[in-house]
Amino acid sequence: MSKRMKVAVLVVLVLVLAVLFLFTHLRGDLEYVLRSRGEKIMAMVFVGWAGAVSTVLFQTMTHNRILTPSIIGLDAVYMLVQTVVVFFFGSTTLTMMSDTSHFLFSAGTMMGFSVLLYSFLFRREGQNLYFILLVGMILGTFMQSVTSFLQYLIDPNEFSIIQDRMFASINNMKTDLLWPAGWCIAAATAYTYRHLHELDVLSLGKDHAINLGVDYERIVKRLLMVVALLVSISTALVGPIMFFGLIVANLAYAFFQTYEHRYLLAGAGLFGIAALIGGQLIVERVFVFSTPLSVIVNIVGGAYFLYLLIKERKAW
Amino acid sequence: MVEVKQVTKRYGGKTVVDRVSLTVPPRQLTSLIGPNGAGKSTLLAMMSRLISKDDGEIWVEGKEISCYRTEELAKKISILKQSNHIAARLTVNELVSFGRFPYSRGRLTREDRNYVREAIRYMELEELQNRYIDELSGGQRQRAYIAMVLAQDTDYIFLDEPLNNLDMKHAVQMMKVLRQLVDELNKTIVVVMHDINFASCYSDHMVALKDGTVICEGDVSSIMRNEVLHRIYDLDVRVQTIENRRICVYF
Repeated sequence: MSKRMKVAVLVVLVLVLAVLFLFTHLRGDLEYVLRSRGEKIMAMVFVGWAGAVSTVLFQTMTHNRILTPSIIGLDAVYMLVQTVVVFFFGSTTLTMMSDTSHFLFSAGTMMGFSVLLYSFLFRREGQNLYFILLVGMILGTFMQSVTSFLQYLIDPNEFSIIQDRMFASINNMKTDLLWPAGWCIAAATAYTYRHLHELDVLSLGKDHAINLGVDYERIVKRLLMVVALLVSISTALVGPIMFFGLIVANLAYAFFQTYEHRYLLAGAGLFGIAALIGGQLIVERVFVFSTPLSVIVNIVGGAYFLYLLIKERKAW
Repeated sequence: MVEVKQVTKRYGGKTVVDRVSLTVPPRQLTSLIGPNGAGKSTLLAMMSRLISKDDGEIWVEGKEISCYRTEELAKKISILKQSNHIAARLTVNELVSFGRFPYSRGRLTREDRNYVREAIRYMELEELQNRYIDELSGGQRQRAYIAMVLAQDTDYIFLDEPLNNLDMKHAVQMMKVLRQLVDELNKTIVVVMHDINFASCYSDHMVALKDGTVICEGDVSSIMRNEVLHRIYDLDVRVQTIENRRICVYF
């Protein structure tokens, strides 16, 4: 099967799942149901695409197929910010906050954190990428600890509000923000598209990339910002999903067996969308909303992650 | 012409390369030799802008290396390091095609494809060209990387220990290819070498580094001497002439 065919197959898969999601179990006010389902599908398309693309970019830069961008601690920033707001201003502040300001506020703090982290770490020339990851990881763990500490002190009722935000859920999604989020993701994708071939070269490793005339430091800096943007937006839209990008990126590597990012990115993105729509179908129709989507994604993703670890171990 | 002037590199407080000056003779094969930690690989990496230098200047064809746009330099100098682990799934042909990236930015023209085919033929990889590189033996993979460098078609080729992991047969094959590149295609090649006898048999020019400085340089007959090698390696050696080649016995 040619690579184009494979992409076509994935497109069909996504369309079939979307149709299933839209038109099965129709009950009640048809217009309302279809509209709300349509919005959910849009959100899943954006989040699925953003999560998958950011992971592939991140793994290409780090040459590591079991890393996810969450390692730079953006989820931790998100959770800390939510917790701090509830801790100091009460849960009403968080629930009463308009969707737009909550989105801008969450995405803004995450982007701010990334800009600070990168500009601080890239100030010295020739900084090792892994050093940045390490610092991000340590800061992320630190923020998680602060978050849990604050959560212990919070009133249990207030905590339940935070808990809602801890798991990604398409049902919590803020519909007003779909379009702005979509535009940001489209811009990030367009930027990535212009550098597809450089990405291919980056996957050969830093030394080869420099040898072949890629401005390594510049492109890595920019791509890290693209990753931060994608992660921030999708997290602010539905909440943190940990393993999701990792699974779909690796599915794409296995399915396409190529180095070409044109296929890897498209494939991972489509797998991402399919996984979310499929997962949401299970959540809504099998578990009747009793489990949030991210729990299912994390269980499947965690199992797959273990499988990858064991497989990699054997390869050594 | 590549000229190194008073180049210095420090890691932390340690000076790894200390005010090295060096002129690479054009259209010759130059070997960088010296004990471990002498700064050979670091020097080569600076000469090919893989790492930045702390001090000094490196002139490539009349222009300082940091004044070049990196894509411009990629058409003049190619560098191959000793360890080449690539995670991406690539065939030999795809790997070699990457050598054309400085020219085509990923969109191969017919001319680019000719260069790729020619490089594959030169390294005798025709039968392997559709195999994945992670399925090749160490020697085959090394040849594939050299083919990529060939496709890059630069006047200067820098290689960091190209004989690493090669058995005798493949090591000899590799050196013969490098010799051909110099003699037939007029390339200027600089290699970091550990095996002094390989360096002696195949190079035109030898540069010995020790503790980050050049302690001597010259043609093979001036370096392959008992007292000179003793000074470089702190080892009692005896240089014998066998079939007109200077062979160093150091066992």
